[in-house]
Amino acid sequence: MIQSIDYAAIAPPLILAITAGLVLLVDLLLPKSAGISRRTAVSVPALAGVIAALVAVVLLALGEDRSTFCVPEGLRVEGLASCSYVADNLSLVFAGVVLAAAVVVILLSMGERGVPQGEWYFLLLCALTGAVTLPASRDLITLVVALELLSLPVFALTALKRHDGKAGEAALKLFLVSVVSTAITLFGISLIYGVTGGVHLDWIAAALPTDRNVVVFAGGSPEAAAIAERILGVVDLGLVMVLAGFIFKIAVVPFHFWAPDVYQGAPIPVAALLSVISKAAGFAAVFLVLTKAFAGLAHLWAPLVAVLAALTMTVGNLLALRQRHAVRLLAWSSVAQSGYILAPLGVAGERELSTVVAASTAYILIYAAMNIGAFSIVTLVARARPRDHLDDYRGLYGTNPVAALAMAFFLVCLAGLPPGLAGLFAKVVVFREVVVGDLGWLAVVMAVNTVIGLYYYMAWAARLFAPAEPGVSRTRLVSAPVGVAVAVAVVITGVFSFAPQLALSVLN
Amino acid sequence: MTWLPIALLAVPLAGAVFLTPRQTTRFARLAGLVFSGVTLALALILAAVFDYGAAARAQFQVDLAWVPGLDLRFHLGVDGISLPLIVLTSLLTFLCFIVPLAGKQGSPRAFAALILLLEVGMIGTFLALDLLLFFVFFEVVLIPMYFVIARWGGPGRRRAATKFILYTLLGSAVLLLGLLVIWSFTGSLDIVALASAGGAGMSPVVQILAFVAVGLGLAVKVPMWPLHTWLPDAHTEAPTVGSVLLAGVLLKMGTYGFARIAIPILPDGAAAVAPWLGALAVVGIVYGALACLAQRDLKRMIAFSSVGHMGFVLLGLASLTPVGINAALFGNIAHGLITGLLFFVVGGIKDRYGTSDITALGGGMLARAPHLGSVLTFACVASLGLPGLAGFWGEMLALQGAFDPAEGLSRPLFLVFMAIGGIGTFLTAAYFLVMLSRVTHGRASTAAQGPFGDVARHEWLAWTPLVALTLVFGLWPSALLTVTDPVVRTFLGAP
Repeated sequence: MIQSIDYAAIAPPLILAITAGLVLLVDLLLPKSAGISRRTAVSVPALAGVIAALVAVVLLALGEDRSTFCVPEGLRVEGLASCSYVADNLSLVFAGVVLAAAVVVILLSMGERGVPQGEWYFLLLCALTGAVTLPASRDLITLVVALELLSLPVFALTALKRHDGKAGEAALKLFLVSVVSTAITLFGISLIYGVTGGVHLDWIAAALPTDRNVVVFAGGSPEAAAIAERILGVVDLGLVMVLAGFIFKIAVVPFHFWAPDVYQGAPIPVAALLSVISKAAGFAAVFLVLTKAFAGLAHLWAPLVAVLAALTMTVGNLLALRQRHAVRLLAWSSVAQSGYILAPLGVAGERELSTVVAASTAYILIYAAMNIGAFSIVTLVARARPRDHLDDYRGLYGTNPVAALAMAFFLVCLAGLPPGLAGLFAKVVVFREVVVGDLGWLAVVMAVNTVIGLYYYMAWAARLFAPAEPGVSRTRLVSAPVGVAVAVAVVITGVFSFAPQLALSVLN
Repeated sequence: MTWLPIALLAVPLAGAVFLTPRQTTRFARLAGLVFSGVTLALALILAAVFDYGAAARAQFQVDLAWVPGLDLRFHLGVDGISLPLIVLTSLLTFLCFIVPLAGKQGSPRAFAALILLLEVGMIGTFLALDLLLFFVFFEVVLIPMYFVIARWGGPGRRRAATKFILYTLLGSAVLLLGLLVIWSFTGSLDIVALASAGGAGMSPVVQILAFVAVGLGLAVKVPMWPLHTWLPDAHTEAPTVGSVLLAGVLLKMGTYGFARIAIPILPDGAAAVAPWLGALAVVGIVYGALACLAQRDLKRMIAFSSVGHMGFVLLGLASLTPVGINAALFGNIAHGLITGLLFFVVGGIKDRYGTSDITALGGGMLARAPHLGSVLTFACVASLGLPGLAGFWGEMLALQGAFDPAEGLSRPLFLVFMAIGGIGTFLTAAYFLVMLSRVTHGRASTAAQGPFGDVARHEWLAWTPLVALTLVFGLWPSALLTVTDPVVRTFLGAP
C-alpha cells in the first residue's frame, strides 16, 4: 500500500518542523568566533520560519481545499474519504491565527534573558508545529498527537528559566494537569472507537445515529434497540471524556485552576503562547470533535456547553476582579473570554452549526489580536518593573505615552467598548447567536459578566493615566522587537475595529 | 448635500488628530477655535438648507454598509428632532474654546483634542440612524469625558471620574442588551424602518423587556432619579468646560434616545412603562429641588437642578402625547442653553472668588461686579422657568402633557404627577431665589478675595449667544416647536 502525500497541504507544519531542527543545529554548531550573537543566530531563522509558514498558509488559503493521509480508495467504507489531514478553510484560519500570534511571541521572546536560546526557539517551533497540525487533524489519534506535540514543549518552556522556583512549580502543575487530561481523553477515545469502530471524524459521524431515534438505528427490532440504547450511553460517556480532556487545555471551568499559577510562573512570552496559541488550537480541537464527529448529538452536548460557558465566564471574571498582578489578571480574564468563545456552541442544538462555529471563530480571531497585544505591553513593562503589579502601570502615560495608549486600546477592546470596536463587535456577534438561539438566560449571564469585566479592565486602564507612585522607576522602556510586536497587534486589532467583516466572514 | 453629516463628524475628528502631536501645543486654542468654528458653520449651513417643510423625514441621509455580517450600516441623517441638538452641540463646543482652556493642570493641547473628540461622539449620536451605530457614538463620548474629569477636575476628581464611568458603563451594557433584543426580534437595526414599523414583530412582553433595558441604559445618562448619584460629583469636580458639555449635551443624549429609539420603536413597551417613568420623573423633580435647597456649593446646586429639570423632560416623554414629547425636546434645548450658561457663569465666579461655596462667596455680587451678578441673575431666573424665557416652555408644556396624557394611560395618576411637578416648580423658584439673595444681594463681604474685574470681553463673547437664544426661544417658542412637531407626530401616529 502506497501512501501518496500532498506535501503542499502539509507545508506549514513541515516548514516549522524543519526550522526547529535547523535552529537546534545552528545552536549546536555555531562557533564562538562567528561574530554574531547566539541570540540573533537562532531567533532570526526561527522568525523567518514562522513567516514562511504563514506565507504557505496564505497561499494554501488562496487555492483549493487540500487533504492528505486519506484512507486508500480500495479500503474506503461507504465512500467516506476519511482523511487525517485536511487543509480547508477552518484549519487554515486557525493556522493563520496561530502563526500570526507566533510572530508576536517570537518578537517578545527576543529580549528574554536567562534562558538557553537554542532550546527556547526549538521548543517554541515544536509547539507551533503541533498547534498548526491540530486544526487540520481529522481523526482522533492525530488530534491527540498534535495536542501533545503542542503541550509537551510548553512544559519545558515554562520551566526553562532555571533557578526560578515559581517557574518549576508552574511547569509541574501544567504537566500533571495536562497528562491527566490526556489520559482522560484517550480513555474517551477508546470508548468511542469501541462503539463506532473508527477514529476518523467523518466515520464516527456516519456511524452514529443522526438523532436519538434508536429503533431505526438498530434496524427496527426492539432487542437491538435496547442494546443500541446502552451502546449510545457509552458514546455519551466517551464524548464527555474526550471533551473533558480538550477543555483542560482551554482552561474552561471546572478545569481552569492551573491557568493563573502557570501563567504567572512561566516567562511572559510563554504565558502569551498559552493564552492565545494554545487556546486557539484547543478550541479548534473542540470545534472539530463537536461539529465534525458529534454533530448528531448536538442536543446532548449543547446544553452542557452552555452551562460550562456561563460558569467559565462568571468564575473567570469574578476571580479577575480580585487580582493585583498583571499576568494573573490576564490569566483570569482569558478564562472569562473562553466562556464567551464557548457560548455560541451552547445554542448548537437550535442553530446551524456553521454559523455557530463562525461566530466563535470570529471571537477567537479578535480575542487573539487584542490579547496578544496586551501581553506585549505587559512584557515591555515587566522588564523594567519585574514585580509586575497593576500599580506598576501607574503613570505609564507620563513616561511611555505610546505604550500606555496602546495598552489602553487593548484593554478597552477586551472590555468590549468603543473605541475598542473590535471587542464590541466580537461580543455582539456572540450575543446575537445566543439571543437568536433562544438562550435568554445565557445572554443575561453574558451581559452581567460584560459589566464585571468592564470594571477590572477600566480600573487597569485608569492606572495608566494616574500619576506615578513615588519610588517606581520612571525610565523610558524601549525595545525594538517588542515595539514591532505591539505595532503588529495594534494594526491587526485596529483593522478588526473598522472592518470586523474580515473576522466575521473568514469561514465563508 | 449628503456630505454635510460626514463633514460634521470629520472636521472635529480631524481637529483631534491634528492636535495629537506635541508640536501643535502652541496652537491648541486656536486650532480648537478653528475646527469647532468650522463645525459650527457646517451645522448652521445644515440648519439653513434643511427642508423645514419635510422635517419629519430624515434628510441628508448617508447609508453605507459597514459590517454586512452584523447588518451594521453607517447610516446618518438629520430630521426635526436631531437638527436643534446638532446645532446646540456645535454651538456649545465652539463657545467652550472661547473661554480659556483649563491649562493649569495639564496640556491645553490634550484638553482641546479631547473636547473635539467629545464633539464627534455627541454629534454622531444625534446623527446616527442605526441602532448599533448610535450605541457606538453614545459610548465614544464616555472616554474623553472621563479623562476631562479625571485630569482637569477639582480635588475629588478621581473618585468622581470613576463613579461617572462605572455608572455610565453599567447603563451602556444594559442598553446594548436592549438594542440586541430589538435586533434579534425584528432582524433590523435601521432606526427609520423600525420606527415606521412601530413595534411590529415584537410581542408586548418583549417590548416591555426591551424598553426597560433600553430605558435603564438611557436613564443613567439622563439622569433619572434614583440613578443620578454620579451626576453631582461629576459636575462639581469637572472643569467648567466639562460641566458645560456634560449638562448641555451629554444629558440630552439620554432623553434624545427615549424620543428617537425607545418610544417610537417600542410603543407597547412605552405605554406599559410610562407610569413608572412618570413617577420617577416627578420624584426626580421634587428630590432635585429639595437637594438644591440643602446645597452649600453653587456648582453642586446647579448640578442638582439638572436632575430636577431633566425630571420635567422625562415627565413630558412619559405622557406619550405630542405636546409632552415636544415639551421634552424643547426642554432639552432650553436646559442646554441655560444650564450651559449657568456653568459658564459659575466657572467665572469660581475663577474670581477662588471658591464656589455659597457662604464663602458672601453677598453683594451686584455691587462688586454688576455685570457678572446680572448675568447670574438672568441665568437663574431663566432656569427657574420665568415666562418669557426659554426655561418656561419646557416645564409648562410638560405639565400640560401630563394634564392630558395619551390614551391608555391613567389620567388621575398623571394629574397627580402634574400637581407634584407643579410643586416642584415652586421649590425650584425657591432655591434659586434664596441663592440669589445670598450671593448677589446684600453687602459685599470684606475684600477677602481681593479685587477682581467684571465680565471680560471673551466671556461676553461666550455668554451672549446663550443669553440671546434663551430670550429668542422664550419669546418665540414656535421657532423650535414647528421643527420638532412633525417628527413627534409621525412617531406617535398622531394627526
